[in-house]
Amino acid sequence: MLRKLLIGTMLSGAMTAGFAAPSFADEVEVLHWWTSGGEAAALDVLKKKLESQGVTWKDMPVAGGGGEAAMTALRARVTAGDPPTAVQALGFDITDWAKQGVVGDLTDIATKEGWDNVIPAALQQFSKYDGKWIAAPVNVHSTNWIWINKKALDAAGGKAPESWDELVVVLDKMKANGISPIGHGGQAWQDATIFDAVVLSLGTDFYKQSMIDLDPAALNSDKMVEAFDRMSKLREYVDADFSGRDWNLASAMVIEGKAGMQFMGDWAKGEFLKAGQKPGTDFVCIRFPGTQGAVTFNSDQFMMFKVGDAEKKAQDLMASDIESPEFQSAFNVVKGSAPARTDVPDTAFDDCGKKAIADLAEADKGGKLFGSMAHGHANPAAVKNAMYDVITRHFNGDLNSKDAAAALADAVAAAKG
Amino acid sequence: MAITDTAKAAAANPRATLQDWLPKLVLAPSFALILLFVYGFILFTLALSFTGSKLLPDFSTWVGFNNYVRLFNHPNWIVALKNLAIFSILYIFICSVLGLGLAILLDQKIRGEGVIRPIYLYPMALSFIVTGVAWKWFLDPGIGLENVMHQWGWESFSFRWIKEGKMAIYTIVIAAIWQSSGFVMAMFLAGLRGVDNEVIKAAQIDGASTVTIYRRIIIPLMRPVFLSAFVVLAHLAIKSYDLVVAMTDGGPGTATWTPALFMQKFTFGRNEMGMGASSAIIMMIMIFSIIVPYLYSELGGGKKQ
Repeated sequence: MLRKLLIGTMLSGAMTAGFAAPSFADEVEVLHWWTSGGEAAALDVLKKKLESQGVTWKDMPVAGGGGEAAMTALRARVTAGDPPTAVQALGFDITDWAKQGVVGDLTDIATKEGWDNVIPAALQQFSKYDGKWIAAPVNVHSTNWIWINKKALDAAGGKAPESWDELVVVLDKMKANGISPIGHGGQAWQDATIFDAVVLSLGTDFYKQSMIDLDPAALNSDKMVEAFDRMSKLREYVDADFSGRDWNLASAMVIEGKAGMQFMGDWAKGEFLKAGQKPGTDFVCIRFPGTQGAVTFNSDQFMMFKVGDAEKKAQDLMASDIESPEFQSAFNVVKGSAPARTDVPDTAFDDCGKKAIADLAEADKGGKLFGSMAHGHANPAAVKNAMYDVITRHFNGDLNSKDAAAALADAVAAAKG
Repeated sequence: MAITDTAKAAAANPRATLQDWLPKLVLAPSFALILLFVYGFILFTLALSFTGSKLLPDFSTWVGFNNYVRLFNHPNWIVALKNLAIFSILYIFICSVLGLGLAILLDQKIRGEGVIRPIYLYPMALSFIVTGVAWKWFLDPGIGLENVMHQWGWESFSFRWIKEGKMAIYTIVIAAIWQSSGFVMAMFLAGLRGVDNEVIKAAQIDGASTVTIYRRIIIPLMRPVFLSAFVVLAHLAIKSYDLVVAMTDGGPGTATWTPALFMQKFTFGRNEMGMGASSAIIMMIMIFSIIVPYLYSELGGGKKQ
């Protein structure tokens, strides 16, 4: 039995090796996790464009875990010395890979096309390492959105909240109207997504000090206690069965009117549009109260790996196509995000998309564009997850706000060590 | 003496030489593979646990026992160890008791045993992922048991352990017991069938009641089965991963983390390969501390005979 298994494994190993044909010059192998309907359709735009330029697209989709499975696959490929041409990656993961010295260099094409001037500096921080361009940003998702069911909002006074107190009033009214005010899924990253917005609403400087600079004084401060208090307050408006719920099911609750609003990044918009809802008439998109003018973002990028000179041409072509304004517009209209360059016309976008583009440009100009902690753009994975632990424990009632602030500072210090 | 005889005969006869070498030759590849892929990688992991590896293995930064110190200072690891203690004690104890009870009842020469036995054994044929997903839905207050009870008119019924941080680990125990007790039953049933009928008959003639026969004779005879069941269940408990992932994925909060979940999340999710490796080594030490005495007693017993 064991021997049979072993032989089977060896055979299948040999077969895979046999099929791994030598890559041709005009071919890009792309590792990504955009496999669901809308995402796959968006990526197809790029694939078609490259194929029209004579470049073969070798697809390597690895779905699952918000890219975690893809990163595990990538580890194996890089360790084996055979990395794909381009890999979808997020935030600090890109920097982490760059530190391993395995990524390529896009500086030539970036300089030629003037990426430095059109891509926000906050994004460049991840697309560049050591002064060299290593990744081509595809989009900017902003995470400090609230998606509100229009009918539920009308029943609760009809005015979109602009401050924390107004938000609480609306939530109370929704509760009185007999719906669950907040549609939320109890998964660590979703709890952290709300936390991002809450911290940002207490001041952009505070967000930067605590989430990006990881200043211990800011992490364990009265302001942080207040942030946790606000989380406890929001917790009161979440239904009892929230734990473990997926984000799209929480969106569905808002769409069906069972819940009033959801705090979620702009990928949630896709769920509303898929259900045939229209921005403005069926649902309302606003920034988390107190964060208008500031944006916390995460950005999907295609990180480029070191390839031979022959394949470099196809790689550069792919990077150039990604940054072309036509692709940026076509892709992001489908994906629900904003273009990664600020000079793309917003004509093809819906109202929420137009707002996203305008807000992004405003935040970029005002220096209020920050990486999202919940989505791995404010600090490295180890710190991010240490923060998740504390946030989710507090949200589930294991810690009070004061202890949570202290635990946050401790956890960050431990994760940095 | 015997060996030298064989050697002499082998030297004289090439066919005997072949017969002598063939088993070794055939076993050599699998032996080499196991040596490399099991023991080789255990050593690799051990080495890794002393490095500051983050995203990829990195043997240039030696940090000594730092990873172990950080591990035992990490609240999630402590939670994982506590959960392992709760889980393994309840799981092993209840599975053994339930398995033995079922086996004794099935052993009463009842009709239809052939039908009933596979029914109990069937859950073992499912993967833990399937068990986990099914139990997750069954226990979910919104769609499962609680909801059904409410629909049937029992409005006050409440069973929401899976959503409560303090109780969630017990729901995993329930699912795991459902999965494994049939298997333990099969082990005990085999043991019961192996009991010498003469002993039981002698006891009956001496006037012992059925309860006494079980308590004083049969159950003590099951000692090796208890031991085997313990070892099988204990290592299943220590590596419990898939069931937790499918049922709660460690939630609510971090309430149902187990050491295996910790290892996976730190190595692959948090880019803390060094710390992940050290947690794997601790898990291995736990497993060895169960398996080694067992093997020792088994092999030692063989020698005595």
